[in-house]
Amino acid sequence: MEAILLVFILVLSIFLGFELISKVPATLHTPLMSGSNAISGITVVGALLTTIAATNSNDSEMKIILGVLAVAFATTNVVGGYLVTDRMLRMFKKKEPKK
Amino acid sequence: MISLNSINLLYVLASILFILGLKKLSRPDSARKGNLISAIGMLVAIVAALLTLEILEPKWILVGLGLGAVVGVIAAFKVKMTSMPELVALFNGFGGIASLLVGWAEFIGFRESVETLSVVPLVALVCAVLIGAVTFTGSLVAWCKLAGIVGGKPFLFPGQKFVNSLLLLGMVVAGYLIVTNTVSSSILYLNPDQALYLLIGLSLLFGVMVVVSIGGADMPVVISLLNSYSGIAACAAGFIITNNVLIVSGALVGASGIILTSIMCKAMNRSLSNVLFSGFGSGSKSSKSSQVEGEIKAISADDAFLILEAARNVIFVPGYGMAVAQAQHAVKELSDLLEKNGAEVNFAIHPVAGRMPGHMNVLLAEANVPYDQLREMDDINPVIENADVAVVIGANDVVNPAAIEDKGSPIYGMPVINVNKARTCFVLKRSMNAGFAGIDNPLFFKDNTRMLFGDAKETISCLVSEFKS
Repeated sequence: MEAILLVFILVLSIFLGFELISKVPATLHTPLMSGSNAISGITVVGALLTTIAATNSNDSEMKIILGVLAVAFATTNVVGGYLVTDRMLRMFKKKEPKK
Repeated sequence: MISLNSINLLYVLASILFILGLKKLSRPDSARKGNLISAIGMLVAIVAALLTLEILEPKWILVGLGLGAVVGVIAAFKVKMTSMPELVALFNGFGGIASLLVGWAEFIGFRESVETLSVVPLVALVCAVLIGAVTFTGSLVAWCKLAGIVGGKPFLFPGQKFVNSLLLLGMVVAGYLIVTNTVSSSILYLNPDQALYLLIGLSLLFGVMVVVSIGGADMPVVISLLNSYSGIAACAAGFIITNNVLIVSGALVGASGIILTSIMCKAMNRSLSNVLFSGFGSGSKSSKSSQVEGEIKAISADDAFLILEAARNVIFVPGYGMAVAQAQHAVKELSDLLEKNGAEVNFAIHPVAGRMPGHMNVLLAEANVPYDQLREMDDINPVIENADVAVVIGANDVVNPAAIEDKGSPIYGMPVINVNKARTCFVLKRSMNAGFAGIDNPLFFKDNTRMLFGDAKETISCLVSEFKS
């Protein structure tokens, strides 16, 4: 039953995603891509939960090592992705009214 | 200890922030705020995950977080705007490998657990590992191509499709073995651990194989597709650990990546499978359809200046060459001088100009060109007849009239910016070499085309100093 519920959420999110993105002007394609790329770093939550579960229950060291590596990679994706997007967006300016 | 319910509420809050952030990110005036909102959403999600800590010794987790944050900050601030596509590709690869590692770590957990396993998380695990691995190596190859570490030409060899199909088949079989052999006891040749290693290896190789055969000019499509994959991989990871926030945000990213990919494909009038499998631009099948006739007329910067000075309506058409020459600031200066001189100046941006979607927009924004001066191809083509001068800066295929006139041309049917309809057309180019797609460009031989040979930045600077003197 739980799996069905997850699929339900998945399907609705996909439709929501299509609705949100389909009207984006070309100017914003790059920031949108790098911004959504940063969101895909949400795996960091998965990595954290996996690592925390492994440390809590004294699972094998291998699991902890893999988890920590995953945390590091995903955090790079998240932090770098958001900062780079912000750097780009900071540059986008509207035309100033003629003096 | 915080209750599970409040942690889940925090995940809901994070999802709302992601959705609002993406919504705002799709409008130029609110985009920066949108990015900030989605970053706050990410922070909320991370804090929620950390709240599940039971023991107060999270030192390894902090090491991972700290290391990632430092690398991310340094990379984000050091990168030049012209190398933005590489960096996005690299970050994307990191997201992919993180999903792979989560899948792997969870797999070890599954193997050690004594509970009975259901099929769903295992199928999700196979997906996360497979897609994560393809995203990782695919992005790395894209990064190498974009950064010029390897050549941009597609790498092709006989039987490539066959090898790729075999790899894909191997991945499916390995995935099947993982699922069946973990649920019931080993009945087939490989035990689940071996099958997982096989799956990881084959998927990593597959990611390399798929992207090496794609030319550099098609990278906008590849990057947005890989971006979509990294979202799908995160989504699959969400199914393994039954976490909604991963599923929601992964699906959002997956959907947005697919939309961008299809926009890019449409802009080139090619199907996605054609981009992925045809090895376009390898030059191997250059159809000698129609010989280009006419002669090339070069022009000096001095004469170009005289024409520009008289022009009332100027359109700049930038391409990847502008990024290579780092000419965007000089171009902005020239456009300011032209405006001061009374001319109307616009920038016509082809959807696939450059090496990632919207690449030119970012570079010109860096040079302080206001975004309402950047016009899309469909807006500019109907009025291009009114332009006195169209200045093509380092663009080639996106202004190639063969796409309209020559049925035998490989790019026939691709929408292009019709610069040859402007009264005069300047083409700034380093040499007479063909463009990325390896196709002759009849534009250079048109009566109203004048070639300005040399480095784009130097040429533009020359024009700027003429205006100033």
